[in-house]
Amino acid sequence: MSAGHSYDAEAYWKANLRLIFGSLIVWALVSYGFAILLRPMLAGIPIGGTDLGFWFAQQGSILTFIALIFHYAWRMNKIDEKFGVHEE
Amino acid sequence: MSQFAINIMFVGGSFLLYIAIAIWAKAGSTSDFYVAGGGVHPITNGAAIGADWMSAASFISMAGLIAAGGYANSTFLMGWTGGYVLLAMLLAPYLRKFGKFTVPEFIGDRFYSKNARLVAVVCLIVASVTYVIGQMAGAGVAFSRFLEVDSTLGLMIAAVVVFIYAVMGGMKGITYTQVAQYCVLIVAYTIPAVFISLQLTGNPIPGLGLFSTHVDSGMPILDKLNQVITDLGFNEYTADIDNKLNMVLFTLSLMIGTAGLPHVIIRFFTVPKVADARWSAGWALVFIALLYLTAPAVASMARLNLMTTIYPDGTAAEPIQYDERPNWIKEWEVTGLIQFTDKNEDGRIQLYNDSEAFAPTAEARGWNGNELVVNRDILVLANPEIANLPGWVIGLIAAGGLAAALSTAAGLLLAISSAVSHDLIKGSINPAISEKGELLAARISMAVAIVVATWLGANPPGFAAQVVALAFGIAAASLFPALMMGIFSKRVNNKGAIAGMLTGLAFTLAYIFVYKGWLFIPGTNNLADTPENWVLGISPLSIGAVGAIVNFAVAFIVSNATEEPPVEIQELVESVRYPRGAGQATDH
Repeated sequence: MSAGHSYDAEAYWKANLRLIFGSLIVWALVSYGFAILLRPMLAGIPIGGTDLGFWFAQQGSILTFIALIFHYAWRMNKIDEKFGVHEE
Repeated sequence: MSQFAINIMFVGGSFLLYIAIAIWAKAGSTSDFYVAGGGVHPITNGAAIGADWMSAASFISMAGLIAAGGYANSTFLMGWTGGYVLLAMLLAPYLRKFGKFTVPEFIGDRFYSKNARLVAVVCLIVASVTYVIGQMAGAGVAFSRFLEVDSTLGLMIAAVVVFIYAVMGGMKGITYTQVAQYCVLIVAYTIPAVFISLQLTGNPIPGLGLFSTHVDSGMPILDKLNQVITDLGFNEYTADIDNKLNMVLFTLSLMIGTAGLPHVIIRFFTVPKVADARWSAGWALVFIALLYLTAPAVASMARLNLMTTIYPDGTAAEPIQYDERPNWIKEWEVTGLIQFTDKNEDGRIQLYNDSEAFAPTAEARGWNGNELVVNRDILVLANPEIANLPGWVIGLIAAGGLAAALSTAAGLLLAISSAVSHDLIKGSINPAISEKGELLAARISMAVAIVVATWLGANPPGFAAQVVALAFGIAAASLFPALMMGIFSKRVNNKGAIAGMLTGLAFTLAYIFVYKGWLFIPGTNNLADTPENWVLGISPLSIGAVGAIVNFAVAFIVSNATEEPPVEIQELVESVRYPRGAGQATDH
């Protein structure tokens, strides 16, 4: 980018980083958290013969990952437009 | 019609389809060859990434690993999907904006160094070739079982088919062939799973059937499975595990490795816009999840089916007579992947866990050791036979397994050939090479890579899982950190990046070789590969994540001790961060 661009580059990048940071917290929480480290705490929530932690390990985290990526793509495309850096 | 004829029909028919597509899409220019002219729709691209990503490991091995390990092996499910979140947010859109053909090209430009580019080429080739070996070996096994040929001949057939469409079609051929392959493999995986889920739980969606009630016993199916296998001395399927550090690091290694594998990253260069690169990652994961949400159901249901086949009257009664064993056991016995030894000479198949804790029970029942050894890798392939499904389902599984192995092999070969022709030859040895010469070099390097991978596939340096783990470890410890720092830090310079990649790679390889043998040569390992010997309980399979952390740390320390990158490089980093102005993927 040349020095004379008309948009606020720094604010755009910060908005992106904030969104990534939030998404990665959820990403880590469902996989490393609910499915592995926090599984004993979820042991009391039964689901089809096992507990919620097992469900997160085998299915829940994957479903969350999909939601996270589509949410990121949708929000980021909005942010691109807001800052005027989207592609024509 | 014989089962052999049905298999030939399904496998042959699917191959004709792939080859027809490759010829139809025969590439013209170098840009077409590498990135399909940059004009692939995100959904199409997502399906192609899905086929590219889901290899013999996902299709053939993974459910077997989960069936054997239960909860503990959920790591594969999370690890091989969670990497897409990293790809979508940390790499794909920016690399698309950068708009070059290959991963080493980005590293070379961003770190303004031919040496950095060469280090990246080495990392890429080592990671990709080790991964291809596993695919070729998997394809060889599937061919030999279903076409009833020798495994070496099966491997040769696989090599010829990969050669034809990868070399002729380049990326465009591969993109559309891989969409076809995705369709074949997902149908092949899903249909038997639906039948089995209906048989066991009455629920047509396997992913839901997993948490439903087992029709015969009226218990949740996971409870039923736990009960059956603990009766035979195995660990509970859903039991929690103690070594959580290792489980976390293994999952992290697979995730980072996924994001760092060049054959997947290269796919994001083929979409028209930066915004499409983000959507592509999402669609890819949707297509992948269709298989990954079914896999855990296949795992637990196939394990339960296997147990009830051997113990038809319940675990308290005696198992079946060897002479009355079902046909599928006989057929797999021929391949050596199922083995029976009548240790107590009672003519029955005692299948149980030979553990110390279970020894008194086994002795009381007159059992003299486990008698049936079932290779984990056959579970998915044998699944339709175990459930008594019709012959055409078995033919379909054969075609699907081969589609998975071949599509991944082709994608990896493309990444290797572009690294050689574009980064090594054009980027270093002969920058003046013509477009035609470059295309020829790409095809020759692909052919060479196929020959090497086929040879190593016939003589694999270890179990497929070990080889694949090495590929992930290398990608995680070398390429991913360099790519991420190249985008998210303006301060990391050439010296830091090179030092980081080399130490990450060396650290990871050394840790693996200490336990697995140097260059995987048996007997050269310094320590036995058992949990007691692992540092802090970290298995060699999990070390890639630690290698990545080492890479990041070294790169930051070295960069901060040396000069800042030049202004034009800082501007380059600035420019990849903003989508506006992304043209087609271009040459220099």
